[in-house]
Amino acid sequence: MGNTISSRRRVINAVMLSLSGLCTLLVIGVLFFILGYLMFHGLKSLNLAFFTKLPKPAGETGGGMANAIVGSGKIILLATCIGVPIGFLAGVFLAEYSGKTFAFLIRYTVDLLNGVPSIVIGIFAYAMVVKPMKHFSALAGGVALGIMMIPIAVRTTEEFLRAVPNPLREGAMALGATKARTIFTIVIPAAISGLTSGMMLNLARVAGETAPLLFTALGNMFWSRGWSQPTATLPVMIYNYAISPDEDLHQQAWAAGFVLLTLVLVINVTARLVINRGPAAARR
Amino acid sequence: MASSTYIANIPRRSGVRVLYDRLRGGDEIAYLVTLACAVATLLIVALLVGELWINSQPTVKTFGWHFLTSSRWDPNSGNFGALPFIYGTCVTSFLALLIAIPLGVAASVFLAEMAPPKLSNILTFLIELLAAVPSVIYGLLGIFILVPLIRDYLVPVLTKLFGYLPIFSGDFYGVSFLSAGMVLAIMVVPFIVSVSREVLLAVPTDQREAALALGATKWETTWQIVIPNALTGIFGSIFLALARALGETMAVTMVIGNTPKITASLLSPGYSIAAVIANEFAEASGDLYVSSLMFLGLVLFGLTIIINAVARILILTTQKRGA
Repeated sequence: MGNTISSRRRVINAVMLSLSGLCTLLVIGVLFFILGYLMFHGLKSLNLAFFTKLPKPAGETGGGMANAIVGSGKIILLATCIGVPIGFLAGVFLAEYSGKTFAFLIRYTVDLLNGVPSIVIGIFAYAMVVKPMKHFSALAGGVALGIMMIPIAVRTTEEFLRAVPNPLREGAMALGATKARTIFTIVIPAAISGLTSGMMLNLARVAGETAPLLFTALGNMFWSRGWSQPTATLPVMIYNYAISPDEDLHQQAWAAGFVLLTLVLVINVTARLVINRGPAAARR
Repeated sequence: MASSTYIANIPRRSGVRVLYDRLRGGDEIAYLVTLACAVATLLIVALLVGELWINSQPTVKTFGWHFLTSSRWDPNSGNFGALPFIYGTCVTSFLALLIAIPLGVAASVFLAEMAPPKLSNILTFLIELLAAVPSVIYGLLGIFILVPLIRDYLVPVLTKLFGYLPIFSGDFYGVSFLSAGMVLAIMVVPFIVSVSREVLLAVPTDQREAALALGATKWETTWQIVIPNALTGIFGSIFLALARALGETMAVTMVIGNTPKITASLLSPGYSIAAVIANEFAEASGDLYVSSLMFLGLVLFGLTIIINAVARILILTTQKRGA
């Protein structure tokens, strides 16, 4: 009677368990394949001109994407200036002030906004900014990405503020601080590392967005001055170059893809490491 | 409020004065400012829906419901029908799920049930990084790696084995429903894995121990006890992935072929809602054209909102039960 588990069941067990392991390996393999391939092709096509020169007119080889790098930076900066303050303060409201019903409504709306496909946000920014101004602009692109940043900013702020222990608030109040003073001098500083990491993740997410920029910032082969001109961005350049038939442009697209992915992954890894080590993670 | 204790000592202050003092205290200002930002998020969503609705009115008035069922998309003659795009979006998303569900659920089972916690955390971290890769990069890899691979290795096998089926008939040019579905599958797997793993981990350990004590193997425990327990949540993760797949724009646009046709064959080029907006919006001329694209945006918005809501409800139910 020692052999209670039949060999058939044992085989099924072993086979299924290894299959699931194999699937995991396959998924992870895709990541390393993407990284490896981009690294290989991107580094091969990357040179100093990529960072310092303007794109060359069609037919000529060489050139770079300096204007797109600056353009991406400008638009992300603007998006951060729009999305982070609104999202952060709304998150503070949810965590510290709001009652139940209203908070539920806000949270629900924020989730809804988070689920809206980025291309639809692009249409919205087009209708709000491009149509009244009558031309594509960096401003419109920044507004589109800024709106995309709000939901995650709200949720990370709420989550990290809630993770701050209540005795901290009570201590501050007992010393006579007003509620606002408690929040802004005690609670937020206590959560600051998580908050900044969350915002960095948020930034990394919109840095790679392409769809909402297609018909807001559009693109530009030259430098764009100010905020009201069409502006080139890295993701849109990658898209335009990848679908063009020109082999030289494909190389540039790989280089741009490499730069973009490196930026996004570096931010992601650092921010996640900070969050995982922070006090909020320890309390979970 | 702290200030109310003082009001008793200093009588007969005007309402304006009281308000001014309270504002100067900072408390009310902080409250009002944060409240304003919270309300602003409500307004943005309301405005978004409103703008889409108002701007799509010309199309609604001209075509009515016929817009959704007509398969003719001809901007030159002013005929707009959304069916080819709705079809393409559904086919590619369905195909993506068909590939991603087994892969994602199996991986999440491994991560939640078998891998040692440390290894599981590291692997999950890596898989979640996959979700952070911008979609335009998936598109780039799709065009230059996946499409050639599919053309050289997968399609010859498929046509040889299943060529008699209408879904694998016809010529293959590379860009197709099949390519789009496979790129989407790779993109949504991380969502299925990370959410499914969470809900599997939320299944109480006693359940597993009880099954194992009764003599079940590890696999039997997982398949018959743990997965049924977490099934609602796993469905939630699938719906979440579906919402992602429906709204995904760049990667699909780059590999689907951008041809507004309805064909049974997965090997032929097609179009999706998001792709047509991405491709044609900037150059669309004429009110009806723009408004038709806006209406497509509204349809996409509606679809993803519904699917997202279902996903959230399913995931919440499981997590509550587990806790």
